[in-house]
Amino acid sequence: MSHLLREHAPITEESWGRIDEEARERLTPALAARKLVDFSGPLGWQHSATNLGRVATVKAPFTGISAEQRRVLPLVEARANFAVTRAELADSDRGAEDIDFADLDRAAHDLAVAENAAVFHGWKAAGIVGIAEAAPHKPIALGNDCERYPRHVAMAIEQLLAAGIDGPYGLALGPKAHELVLESSEHGGVLLLDHLRKILAGPLVWAPGVEGAVVVSLRGGDFLFESGEDISVGYLAHDADAVQLYLEESFSFRVATPEAAFALTP
Amino acid sequence: MGADQYHEPPDELPAETRTFARLRASLTEAAEAIGWYEQRLAVESDREALAIMRDAQGEEFKHFCMDLEFLLRRTPLWREIARGILFQEGDIVEHGEEAEEQAVEGAAARGAPLSGSASLGIGSLRGAVQ
Repeated sequence: MSHLLREHAPITEESWGRIDEEARERLTPALAARKLVDFSGPLGWQHSATNLGRVATVKAPFTGISAEQRRVLPLVEARANFAVTRAELADSDRGAEDIDFADLDRAAHDLAVAENAAVFHGWKAAGIVGIAEAAPHKPIALGNDCERYPRHVAMAIEQLLAAGIDGPYGLALGPKAHELVLESSEHGGVLLLDHLRKILAGPLVWAPGVEGAVVVSLRGGDFLFESGEDISVGYLAHDADAVQLYLEESFSFRVATPEAAFALTP
Repeated sequence: MGADQYHEPPDELPAETRTFARLRASLTEAAEAIGWYEQRLAVESDREALAIMRDAQGEEFKHFCMDLEFLLRRTPLWREIARGILFQEGDIVEHGEEAEEQAVEGAAARGAPLSGSASLGIGSLRGAVQ
């Protein structure tokens, strides 16, 4: 039995399948960071820290002994609780197709936002430095005039190239900027979306949790997401009315090449 | 059938693995029945009996395909390898070797979960958007 304790939940195998499928469907569109950074793992729930390959000198209270201690980045366990009513689960077992998974959907969005925000803007308490805060280039303000976005993105790529950072590039667009891009078309009928993709030679990703936008190189080796346990659904408790569940993952993230990204502020 | 469809103690297996074992057993049974009907059809001369057995074999074809589809849906790596082999023209062995190599390397690159993991198996999404 795993630490998720799924076997203890009063949930049939079919309903577990529906819960997992709903979680997968809600998470996949929102997990923007995974579409742009290097992903390694999953290395398992018992994997606790990322090897940084560095040491720090420590005092050794022993005669003739010098000492260094390994530095590691501990994985953070991120969890989003949610509940499913037992009445809905019973309806699911009867074959109902319109099961109310609203709280699961909310939890999935929260976890995706947290993962994206940690990767792009950092999570200080967890020791994670985000891509945008690590980038050394002076940010450009994105603004509300989305017809200027191709120019901003082109300028960002110019600066990445000047720093010796090769493409292709990807663009993580925060929800507000993404909405503006989708709603607009440029003069001549060319979709702004297509124009941006051509400039990037790579994907443009809806990134809830991102403020503004971030251009990243996709050449690989620059942004490292390490998964301990990949996102899973676990069981917490239940009563006569509802089952308390949670979405959980463990991960670390580190920026190996700060120059490989360019932040576009809102 | 009961517990003999398990290779390991059933109470130590997660629910998903037990379901997988049941459908795998069902797949085997359907495959065996297809083979039995094939032999019966080969020796039967009564037209009415032949029609009934053809109909019964058709049912088993359907059962086999539904079981297989279920197992493939629950096993992404198997599904990917199957995609490279099934319904393809040409050398079956060649397709098999290529499909296995591409699928296993791709799964490793994506960080796909190991068999038996309880995770949602999302892993890397690089290449999921254009």
